[in-house]
Amino acid sequence: MNAPFFKFDFFSADFSLVIAFAIGIGFGFALERGGFGNARILASQFYFTDMRVLKVMFSAIVTAMLGVFFFVAFGWLDLSLVYYTDTNLIPQVVGGLILGVGFVVGGYCPGTSCVSAATGRIDGVIYLLGVMAGIFVFGEIFPLIEGFYYSSNMGRVFLPDYLGLSYGMIVFLVVLMAVGAFAAAEWGEKKMAAKSGGVK
Amino acid sequence: MSSITGIFSKEAVQEKIHEPKPYSNPYLVGIGLGLVLLAAFIIMGRGLGASGAFSSLVAAGVQQVAPDHAANNPYFKEYIGDGSTNPLKDWLVFEVLGVFVGGLISGLLAHRVKKTVEKGDRISVRNRLIFAFIGGGLMGFGAKLARGCTSGQALTGGALLNLGSWAFMMMVFAGAYGMAYFMRRQWT
Repeated sequence: MNAPFFKFDFFSADFSLVIAFAIGIGFGFALERGGFGNARILASQFYFTDMRVLKVMFSAIVTAMLGVFFFVAFGWLDLSLVYYTDTNLIPQVVGGLILGVGFVVGGYCPGTSCVSAATGRIDGVIYLLGVMAGIFVFGEIFPLIEGFYYSSNMGRVFLPDYLGLSYGMIVFLVVLMAVGAFAAAEWGEKKMAAKSGGVK
Repeated sequence: MSSITGIFSKEAVQEKIHEPKPYSNPYLVGIGLGLVLLAAFIIMGRGLGASGAFSSLVAAGVQQVAPDHAANNPYFKEYIGDGSTNPLKDWLVFEVLGVFVGGLISGLLAHRVKKTVEKGDRISVRNRLIFAFIGGGLMGFGAKLARGCTSGQALTGGALLNLGSWAFMMMVFAGAYGMAYFMRRQWT
């Protein structure tokens, strides 16, 4: 097996758009199943009453990470051909903070707001208009912040290389961390439910 | 008597049919989502995304309204390209179209499609929508600075063990938890 298929010319760029649509359907379906079309469910993550965001996100990351790890270990997947962004540490840290604030103010992230809008939520539609406004402002002032945007570039940084540990060890540590986070989330939810007298 | 109880049970059944079903087990959803992400890596050699599609849409919009202005802006120019192809003929744009469709299918199957505004009891609809717009704006801006949002950075880069994505993810949670207290009236 030679993966990623697209990079080995198994199909054309035009056909990749069909795949994009199909993958998007799976993505949207999963988000809706998880309750992520609903801002109240997403926001309850930040009040410790319903930790679904953490549970879904980390089980998704762990599943995909393990999949990639084993495909690479079996020699089926060339990881150097899988795209991910360069690390620009400071802009990404600042961007993450802004995004986190936007998450709890707006109630969604861009992907979940699409599902929200598709299932009739007006706040999701308005949120999406806000996202486009934010992108427009960013684009307009880009010449002023270009220096900051490209600052602290570290290139393509793979965590195992950066920490000087083996790929398998980092995968193991992430799984361990996720299991710990799940246990803490279950415990926290019970604690919060008891505090509010079992009413959720 | 029997006809009355018959009507009652029929109504009860109908009510049950139209009732929104409870959301699925989060761990199973996460595994499903992880498999979709894995499929994207293996088939395409790239992960999921969301905010990038809206960048293409905004860039295409600016190009329509003010073509010269768009061509002179280094950020929009990247999405417009050399003008030989439509900026909307883009992988992420098609993927996000799929997200809308997939979300709608799932919502319809579970009777969760409803024209409503999601908010806590202590905030008016108008204020909730104002916050939705502001939050969206912050998210759009932040995602551009961070080179992706929860999908493109946290999920995709998280699974690929990208340093910047993990730093980003921790900061998203930090920002959200730090702000949560001030937003409590909107949600609780």
